[in-house]
Amino acid sequence: MKWRQLFISPVGRKIVMAFTGLFLILFLVVHVTINACIFLNDHGKTFNAVAHFMGTNILIHFLEIGLFVGFILHIIQGWMIWASNSKKRPVKYAVWGASANSHWYSRSMGLLGTLIFIFLVIHLANFWVPNRYHYITQGEELNLFERMKLIFSSPIIVLIYLGGLVSLSYHLMHGFQSAFRTFGMNSKRYIPIVRGIGIAFAIIVPVLFALMPILVYLKVIS
Amino acid sequence: MHITLKVWRQKNQQDRGHFETYQLDQVNEDMSFLEMFDVLNDQLIREGKDPVAFDHDCREGICGMCSMYINGRPHGPLKGTTTCQLHMRHFKDGDTIVVEPWRAAAFPVIKDLVVDRSAFDRIMQAGGFISVNTGSAPDANAIPVEKDKADAAFAAAACIGCGACVAACKNSSAMLFVSAKIAQLALLPQGQPERKTRVLNMIAQMDKEGFGSCSNIGSCEAECPKEIPITFIAKANREYLQAMLAPDLPE
Repeated sequence: MKWRQLFISPVGRKIVMAFTGLFLILFLVVHVTINACIFLNDHGKTFNAVAHFMGTNILIHFLEIGLFVGFILHIIQGWMIWASNSKKRPVKYAVWGASANSHWYSRSMGLLGTLIFIFLVIHLANFWVPNRYHYITQGEELNLFERMKLIFSSPIIVLIYLGGLVSLSYHLMHGFQSAFRTFGMNSKRYIPIVRGIGIAFAIIVPVLFALMPILVYLKVIS
Repeated sequence: MHITLKVWRQKNQQDRGHFETYQLDQVNEDMSFLEMFDVLNDQLIREGKDPVAFDHDCREGICGMCSMYINGRPHGPLKGTTTCQLHMRHFKDGDTIVVEPWRAAAFPVIKDLVVDRSAFDRIMQAGGFISVNTGSAPDANAIPVEKDKADAAFAAAACIGCGACVAACKNSSAMLFVSAKIAQLALLPQGQPERKTRVLNMIAQMDKEGFGSCSNIGSCEAECPKEIPITFIAKANREYLQAMLAPDLPE
């Protein structure tokens, strides 16, 4: 196998997108599970304990490198595909009836991905960067639960997070099942199941994430 | 029926092109869409004007020559129908219909509604063939083919190579066409000798011709006049992965 095929061939590029996409979906499962600890409403005791483990465990640090590689590959490759595909129709149609044959979110993966990327930068700047900076300079982690309460006290930030999570939901709605198709799944029996799981995942996970800023802002969780 | 037609007119590949509006008063609802264009062209010739160039051949929905992007849909609004099999009874009296050529970098406009689809021929030349021995034709039943596989290969072979998949796709991808040809030959015993090189070569040629990559959006499947399913694209992806990971010859 020629490795460069994964980055230049139209199918190879999609394989990279599908592989990294499924890897990032696994990350979402871990992330949402940890964050769900705040629903215990124990003043962040469990949440901070799990966050401390994730922030200090050496194995998790190695996995974090893999996670960053996954994110970078998915984002760069996605933009490259978007840029390449956008050149394939230099003269646009006067009447474009795409809504009759496909979902808007399936046709907007590049745009949705870019919105998620912007949200990701804001999210990292809110939590990951200051936490790491504090750990390096002070030798201990921030109280992430207190920081969450501080960040989500701003309604603008809460709205930005909700916008990012709506983008994530639609991105997953198409991306989940698309990844399986890219890997060659074409069984008429299992594709509807995969699509169903994908839609359920695309709703449940972002809703769980969205509940966090909403409930913290409304001071239901404190 | 009275129909207003807005038709894309373009003298040649270098011309920028523009829309022209025509009024047709005597459109019969039993006419096919192409027959309506015959009436338009007859009208234009009588007026001493240049008739609209459009592709057509069998007018039975099986040759893949007709194209036309009608009101934002390849082959018009009807599911599983080629332009030649689309009849005017599916439109209303007084309708305005916008007709454009297939739009894709890989399908340059030759004139008006005629586009150059020879890129498909070159993709077929890259791998859409099988090796056969010379001499007299072998007995048709000499090679056993499993019935289910023969049916699936036949379903893939229903692709008429019209290019509606490219016209419908946001990325101008030809994956539905290419995957149908790959799947058709991969399912049959005659297609086994070149199975792995075929998929790699055809997809490389597709890329070289300037088609986009597939995003599994599904608009091609929805607009295909032969209703080729995108499950063939998944099969072609799997064939590609197998060819990449387990080539027949040691590297």
